[in-house]
Amino acid sequence: MKPISKVEGRAYPWGAKNVDTDVIISAQWLKTISRRGLGKGAFESLRAQPGNIFDDPRYAGAPILIAGDNFGCGSSREHAAWALADMGIEAVLAPSFSDIFSGNAFKNGILTVTLPQPAIDRLIEVTKNHEIIVDLETMTVTSNLGDVFPFAIDAFRRQCLLQGLDEIGLTLSMESAIDDHEHMTAQDRPWLSAA
Amino acid sequence: MESMRTGRPQTLYEKIWDAHVVDRRPDGTCLIYIDRHLIHEVTSPQAFEGLRTVGRTVRRPDLMLAVPDHNLPTTARVDPQGRSVAVADPQSAQQLALLRKNAAQYGIRYFDATAPEQGIVHVVGPEQGFTLPGATLVCGDSHTASHGALGALAFGIGTSEIEHVLATQTLLLKSSKKLEVRIEGSLGFGVGPKDVILQIVAQLGAAGGSGFVAEYTGSTIRDMSIEGRLTVANMAIEHGARSGLIAPDEKTYAYLRGRPMAPKDHAWEAALAWWRTLPSDPGATYDKRLLIDAGTIAPNVTWGTNPEDVTPITGSVPDPEQFADDSRRDAARRSLDYMGLVPHRRMEDIGIEHVFIGSCTNSRIEDLRAAAAVLQGRKISSRIRQAMAVPGSGLVKRQAEEEGLDRIFIESGFQWREPGCSACLGMNPDRIPAGERCASTSNRNFVGRQGPGSRTHLLSPAMAAAAAVTGRLADVRELMGNARELTP
Ligand code: SF4
Repeated sequence: MKPISKVEGRAYPWGAKNVDTDVIISAQWLKTISRRGLGKGAFESLRAQPGNIFDDPRYAGAPILIAGDNFGCGSSREHAAWALADMGIEAVLAPSFSDIFSGNAFKNGILTVTLPQPAIDRLIEVTKNHEIIVDLETMTVTSNLGDVFPFAIDAFRRQCLLQGLDEIGLTLSMESAIDDHEHMTAQDRPWLSAA
Repeated sequence: MESMRTGRPQTLYEKIWDAHVVDRRPDGTCLIYIDRHLIHEVTSPQAFEGLRTVGRTVRRPDLMLAVPDHNLPTTARVDPQGRSVAVADPQSAQQLALLRKNAAQYGIRYFDATAPEQGIVHVVGPEQGFTLPGATLVCGDSHTASHGALGALAFGIGTSEIEHVLATQTLLLKSSKKLEVRIEGSLGFGVGPKDVILQIVAQLGAAGGSGFVAEYTGSTIRDMSIEGRLTVANMAIEHGARSGLIAPDEKTYAYLRGRPMAPKDHAWEAALAWWRTLPSDPGATYDKRLLIDAGTIAPNVTWGTNPEDVTPITGSVPDPEQFADDSRRDAARRSLDYMGLVPHRRMEDIGIEHVFIGSCTNSRIEDLRAAAAVLQGRKISSRIRQAMAVPGSGLVKRQAEEEGLDRIFIESGFQWREPGCSACLGMNPDRIPAGERCASTSNRNFVGRQGPGSRTHLLSPAMAAAAAVTGRLADVRELMGNARELTP
């Protein structure tokens, strides 16, 4: 994974709540066997509407998305994160995220930043005309208008993102602990050791 | 057992969690061992590809089970000459072929499209005894919580997590907060498990369980069959909870005993002894609680494009202006626009063109029986363009046919299909055309879920059958009540 420390630039000032992963990428796009190329299917149903935010030239190619509560709810499809990554999104800011989505985003090097609703409301205003900076080192979102919004992020995730660590590789380094657990299960609950 | 060790009453969730911790980091993140992994064709190709790219392998193929379901057409899979029918859509065919190939390459047990055991992953797991109480179970599908109905800690994962489980048989997780949803009392006539979970989703809201693992408790749940409990746990994700649990009890054990992959003989006795220690201890605490009186639940139906948009069938389409919250009001306006509905319209006046009985929520034998009881001796309305009954697995299909349910469906005007996800999501040929309305026993009414422009009303199998017969959303209690008067 590519290390990531800062995302800087325009943002889609959106703020919609309960955006489900069907909206991010609809089922027709799930038949791919690759992680790439899904950006053109992202937000397809919204993009069919004239005047939608994603086709607004002011925000074209923005690396940041500002969303509302419960972003990424619904289906667990990781395609949603792949689609966002493929359309160039590197950070999503929202008051809350679905658990599955934020996990998927993290695993694809997309930062999910949780901020209180008033901060989101303010950033929606700001980003209509200005760039912002999402800084993982200092754990802040800032604008050149003087806004500074600190955010919290899981320490392990932060470290993985900053260093571009591969989670599977990290876990495989714990192999002996996994072996131990399997031996214990084979003794204490042997029926679980074989399906 | 665990509670004696820590000296503090524990919930079912905490007991399962503690029994699966491989490693605990200072920040509380745990490496959790995964006992069972279900795999289907849509979310797994990139995970296997990821393994191959870096030269890794599958650690415990023996703890996995692969079944095609999402893409598979539900029309005949074998032609009259006994040859298997090719899947027409090239992309679906490619995903299906890849699942078969990956399973073969890594030695993962696999049920092919024509195997009698094939079906929707969440129907197959419990049915085969692959799902066990106290086990951790994952699948690249958000309705994996279903398996919590048997007391398994089960949750949906994304493709990178699938890859992680394939390679390590573990996942890095943070423990969740605990939510108790207690339902007490008996359900009224015509009210079933689907109405219960729709009620829960309505009351908690789509995000109300976010960050929580739900445990469904109370006499209503205890009185429910395993099939009914599967319907409830299936939709935990629709109120934002990644997992929904139900304590295993004698019904659970009776259901599992003798299933092909369930423990046998001595192993069964040993398993039983452990399972009996799993239910939450008296005095165990939860971070959030919801109490529902079963007597207040009516047959429910959704009006909007989120599963929380629920009303009793006797109700009407809400006026978006009545929502205090701006974004809820906006969402409701957009929903009504998409659904082609106006405020205050009585739900029972909404005509429908399609009926879908199926999906991992409601495609088990009891669901089919409940629908057939309504359809028996009746014909579907001439308004209905298509009515489909899609059993959740080949075994469910066979049992239904042994009971003669297929005849009832077919004689009433339903199509009787092969098992699969079908019209639950627009990935296979079973779709609802744009602008048309479907009474559906599935779990999601999202925009475009059943096909672009499709309009979905979620309800129970009995209610779906009533809708088929009347050509509109209808109160099954009235339909059946009148019938009982006619035939005293
Ligand atoms: S039936 Fe629907 S919800 Fe269930 S696994 Fe299939 S697509 Fe998912």
